[in-house]
Amino acid sequence: MQQILFFFIRNKNFLLFILLFSISIFLTVQSHSYHKNKFVNSSNFVTGSFYNLKSSVTSYFSLKKQNTILIEENKRIRKKLEFYKNKFSNYELDTALINSKYYFYHAKVINNSYSKTKNNLTINKGTNDSLKIDLGVVTSKGIVGIVDNISKKYATIQSILNTNSQINAKLKKSKHFGSLIWNTVDPNIVQLIDIPRLAPVTIGDTIVTGGKSTIFPEGILIGTVKNFKMTEDKNSKYLNIQLFNDMTNLEHVYLINNIDTNEIINLEKEIKDVE
Amino acid sequence: MLNNLIFVNTARFILLVIIQVLLLNQINLFGYINPYLYILFIIIYPFSANKSLLIFLSFLLGLFVDFFSDSGGIHAAASVFIAFVRPFVLKYSFGISYEYNTIKISNEDYLKQIIYVGSMVFFHHFILFALEIFNVNHFLLFLDSILFSSIFSIIIILCIITLFSKK
Repeated sequence: MQQILFFFIRNKNFLLFILLFSISIFLTVQSHSYHKNKFVNSSNFVTGSFYNLKSSVTSYFSLKKQNTILIEENKRIRKKLEFYKNKFSNYELDTALINSKYYFYHAKVINNSYSKTKNNLTINKGTNDSLKIDLGVVTSKGIVGIVDNISKKYATIQSILNTNSQINAKLKKSKHFGSLIWNTVDPNIVQLIDIPRLAPVTIGDTIVTGGKSTIFPEGILIGTVKNFKMTEDKNSKYLNIQLFNDMTNLEHVYLINNIDTNEIINLEKEIKDVE
Repeated sequence: MLNNLIFVNTARFILLVIIQVLLLNQINLFGYINPYLYILFIIIYPFSANKSLLIFLSFLLGLFVDFFSDSGGIHAAASVFIAFVRPFVLKYSFGISYEYNTIKISNEDYLKQIIYVGSMVFFHHFILFALEIFNVNHFLLFLDSILFSSIFSIIIILCIITLFSKK
């Protein structure tokens, strides 16, 4: 008994090291798997308010650029509205009365990373603003990511620049589906894999979201084909996509809530249970 | 004297975390190179002080940085590791005598400083990027990150040590 005690006392540094090191490894492994309830994330109160403070200072530097982006978007939306006005004479001015499957929220990015292999963003809205996990996040120019962790006032987003991210996307022209991944090299270029061999692809083709998941509606812009090659087994194509979004200066984002999500998930679950 | 030591180290701890997350994590030189200055806390922690306490404090330090950068426990793991190997690194860079005389890093000659700081930074970055990248396909990125971030970190840490040394 005494010897065991001595052993512990003699090796206490080593044992402490092993204990803390295993805890860290455990936290790391846990953070690699999407959707576990993570303990270490920046959506908690302390880090959230800290980043909020930082962003309230740094956001002034990009005001000009952000304004141009918003004006461009307004212009585009106005144009569309005029088109609908002409088409339907009895249009509704109140957006709350328009019957849509999707709700939109807006939020401000208070922390953004793009230089690691697993990147996340933090935004300044949380459950208090009726956000929840798994909402899609976009800007006026294209997709950004998916809500991953959430607290009362803040939320973290798994960026598309994250090796864990895999989003359903398609060629706008030919409707061929693939998965959007990131090879960690360039924060403005992502990869589209599993596009069938026979699908016609030309450089400059537009890539949009596929709409096969409940997270993103169909047809949200992603980017254009920069170049492509066949995979080694000659069964599919590997496309490099130039993003429309500049992932390095995100500020205002929109979150998309599909009202039918629960219904769809329940239905799919029922089918699975029967099987 | 003891109270002063606690105060100085606490202030250093908080200051380094704030500088790291607000300033240095945003640098992204050439797209991916960031210096990790916060391990300065572990490097210049008093040599004769309690080793178990240092290991525990390093864990907290790393965990704080992890909280801010959404990275699971990679900074905590790397920090705990260098806190544990610090006595061995001290021994081969300053000789066996480091435990008995109260040496100060800034008073040692430059070669010894570079060996000590360099090995600590290298061990830290090795564990950090091994855990972060965690994929054999990105082996080149792993080597790149270690090399360039290490150079960046070593230069900044040595500058800070020289700048704040009381001669």
